[in-house]
Amino acid sequence: MMMIVSDAHTNRVANFHVFRGNPDANGEHIGEVVNYEVPLKPGWVVLDAIHWIQANKQPDLAVRWNCKAAKCGSCSAEINGLPSLMCKTRLDHMPADKPIIVKPMKTFPLIKDLVTDVSWNYEVNKKIKPFTPANNNVDTWRYFQQDADRVQEFRKCIECFICQDTCHVLRHHSKFDKFFGPRFMIRLAQLEFHPLDVADRLKFIKEEAGIGFCNITKCCTDRCPEQIRITDNGIIPLKERVVDRFYDPITMLLSKIGLG
Amino acid sequence: MMSSSTEHNYETKSYDVIVIGAGGAGLRAAIEASAQGASVALVTKSLLGKAHTVMAEGGMAAALGNLDAADGWVPHFKDSIRGGKYMNNWRMAQIHAEEAPERVKELELWGAVFDRTPDGRILQRAFGGHTYRRLAHVGDRTGLELIRTLQDKGIHCGIDVFMECTITNLLAEEGQVAGAFGYWRESGRFILFKGKSIVMASGGIGKAFEVTSNSWEYTGDGQAMAMAIGAELIDMEFLQFHPTGMVCPASVKGILVTEAVRGEGGKLTNALGERFMKNYDPERMELSTRDIVAKAIYAEVRDGRGSPNGGVFLDISHRGADYIKRKLPSMYHQFLELGDVDITKGPMEVGPTMHYTMGGIRVHPETQESPTVKGLFAAGECSGGMHGANRLGGNSLSDLIVFGRRAGLYAAEFAKQQTEMLPIDNEKVKAYAQALVEPFERKGTETPYPIHAELQHLMHTKVGIVREEKFLKEAIAELAGLRERAKKARVDGSRAYNPGWHLAHDLINMIDASEIVAKSALQREDSRGGHTRLDYNFSDDKVWRHRTSVASRAEDGTLTVGYFDKPQMPKELVALFDKAEEKTAFETEGKF
Ligand SMILES: Cc1cc2nc3c(=O)[nH]c(=O)nc-3n(C[C@H](O)[C@H](O)[C@H](O)COP(=O)(O)OP(=O)(O)OC[C@H]3O[C@@H](n4cnc5c(N)ncnc54)[C@H](O)[C@@H]3O)c2cc1C
Ligand code: SF4
Ligand code: SF4
Ligand code: FES
Repeated sequence: MMMIVSDAHTNRVANFHVFRGNPDANGEHIGEVVNYEVPLKPGWVVLDAIHWIQANKQPDLAVRWNCKAAKCGSCSAEINGLPSLMCKTRLDHMPADKPIIVKPMKTFPLIKDLVTDVSWNYEVNKKIKPFTPANNNVDTWRYFQQDADRVQEFRKCIECFICQDTCHVLRHHSKFDKFFGPRFMIRLAQLEFHPLDVADRLKFIKEEAGIGFCNITKCCTDRCPEQIRITDNGIIPLKERVVDRFYDPITMLLSKIGLG
Repeated sequence: MMSSSTEHNYETKSYDVIVIGAGGAGLRAAIEASAQGASVALVTKSLLGKAHTVMAEGGMAAALGNLDAADGWVPHFKDSIRGGKYMNNWRMAQIHAEEAPERVKELELWGAVFDRTPDGRILQRAFGGHTYRRLAHVGDRTGLELIRTLQDKGIHCGIDVFMECTITNLLAEEGQVAGAFGYWRESGRFILFKGKSIVMASGGIGKAFEVTSNSWEYTGDGQAMAMAIGAELIDMEFLQFHPTGMVCPASVKGILVTEAVRGEGGKLTNALGERFMKNYDPERMELSTRDIVAKAIYAEVRDGRGSPNGGVFLDISHRGADYIKRKLPSMYHQFLELGDVDITKGPMEVGPTMHYTMGGIRVHPETQESPTVKGLFAAGECSGGMHGANRLGGNSLSDLIVFGRRAGLYAAEFAKQQTEMLPIDNEKVKAYAQALVEPFERKGTETPYPIHAELQHLMHTKVGIVREEKFLKEAIAELAGLRERAKKARVDGSRAYNPGWHLAHDLINMIDASEIVAKSALQREDSRGGHTRLDYNFSDDKVWRHRTSVASRAEDGTLTVGYFDKPQMPKELVALFDKAEEKTAFETEGKF
């Protein structure tokens, strides 16, 4: 179980096991875990320790980061087996007596050390039909905060791809060509729920984006650093819309006879 | 894997327009250039959507007048000029105020979802130095909304995006741009872009400072590269220290606490429980401009009235937990998770943090083109002039979209006028490649990391929020020493994703930028906005009010600083300001 240690105990030396390696031709993670003893300072996050290792032990240790404030979604890694942001994972909230294991996101091909190739996500995004308003006369647009709220929850996404890393459909079953993953389910939900969007993406959501592959385990939601309720608020309502359109016997009948 | 030093091959790409930087300014420029029919390369050091712009919190300023019908471009223009201590390029401030509303509405058309007014329009919030409620926002994550909107628009515009690709050198022939050279971060392989015009949108220089809200990307690359081909930098002494950064624990020192906390009613107090802003700006109190609030906090701490960790207190808890969690959700989580403070229950401790580079590449106010290098355009934080001596909060995000669009437009037009690409001098390219791999051959013991740490400490202590001739001179001398050490810094490992190697190069750019800041600060015998001299603790309205400092690289490589006469505002604009207002803009200088 996790033990909370107070600040008084954080001037300690922690033992880090950091993955170092390079990919093979298929992007598999080939490498080893290297031990580093790191003197911690109060309030440090995992990224501080990684920077300390770079500055003092291993200047070429590869790590991706930008903001160090949990706002950009660059520093995703697996910390003690859990996909997390390195800049948001406090060390004084971790067990004091165990090594801290830092590895790259397993679901994506390795680039080097803690850095993975997440370009697949950018390719997926391109396939999604962008925002399509009914008219271009913005001055006439009116919609209310409660409509915005529903969409804004999904727009909080910082594209850390931690949910993608967590989802078993991608992580264990590698369905990269069939399923867009939770990040893009909420991108789609955000477009579908926008009060002024008029594009119809339901067929696409069912066939291209592969929403049927999600079996609502909610693991993605559990790890989202932005606390977006990916499954309950995004995927389930989308699934309902898809079911209403494609499996509702009356709609099916009407569309068969050309009235749907 | 590639060997560390011998590989000098490079791939070559050709585009009409090369945009360097994919923050708000670069993305907006690329979208516009592409809309004009140009072929566009968008090159960024990090992944798409991760640029600094993503961190912006409070909002973007535009006189939409959704809440205060009296607002319009004139009040916005006047606020920007007063906030900038009359040092702004007046024409840029005017264009910015006039065009910002259209640009913000355009974002909504492209899918941005701003917070709403009760009647369903874009909500606007109050911010320091803005007379009216003016900032369109999304809670406290407006930058994310801006960058994601532009990103999702940009990927459908036929722009070629080069992610994690660092540009190290610009190429020019007889005063006109010809291309850009750099490396892929992933592999370390070299790449050459041939181009008819270049838009620089590479951001600021904040990483040269110890306590900063800025990310690792802010190493002054654009400023240094532009100077190397003959561009000038203006106003480089003006740095914005944001009054409210986190101060503890040490690991989060410098992380921004958005001004929206004060915009939403946050109160600043010192160790005596006094709302000390009444002693510095009784009228505007916490919503005074950033330069004034930052210096007030500095003075309170210096005079022994600071909080336990060397800041002051900022309290928003009176607004109630529900309101705070809705309007300032990131601040709530940031303090809870990184600082162990629940801001719905009690005050946060805050202090100044290096935040924004007002100065930058000198450009034409309408086209954003460099007056000294043909085909070189600049927009966003890396350019200078718009904000004068002090930027108002929210005026950067609007600056990005107004001048990003203009830079893209005029860069595309320039490209259209060129019948062919300029030839590239292969010898130069080879020399740049050789210079990049040279650090792998060095035998020294020191890596770039400790040199960077010393640079940050030096700039913080001697070229920071308050300055003096003696310390500025010392800083300039010490920078020369750091430069020598940086030239010898050792790099280990291979060229594949090697942060030590990247830093070795970025460090030189930071030292260049730092030297210009220090020299410009030494030259300006005056205090205004983001430049305070303890030995000239007043605003000199006879001489220095009318001068803009300008820096360039001389033939022999030295960095020189001088000044020119600031362009005069036309009479009809001067008439908008009354003398009493003007006086209040300065009366706080000298109080610190
Ligand atoms: C925490 C924080 C909060 C802020 N909040 C606000 C706010 O509420 N309102 C407001 O108006 N302003 C705010 N600002 C300021 C504002 O966010 C920035 O000034 C603005 O985003 C800068 O945008 P840009 O497009 O100029 O550059 P950036 O967004 O910084 O983008 C720079 C780009 O250049 C690229 N680049 C740099 N060097 C190279 C190179 N050598 N080769 C290739 N690419 C390169 C980078 O990779 C990046 O893509 C805030 C700033 C911070 C730090
Ligand atoms: S809920 Fe669906 S998307 Fe989320 S992890 Fe489970 S299967 Fe994947
Ligand atoms: S939904 Fe959450 S976990 Fe997934 S990419 Fe966005 S912020 Fe990260
Ligand atoms: S560095 Fe930006 S989220 Fe961690």
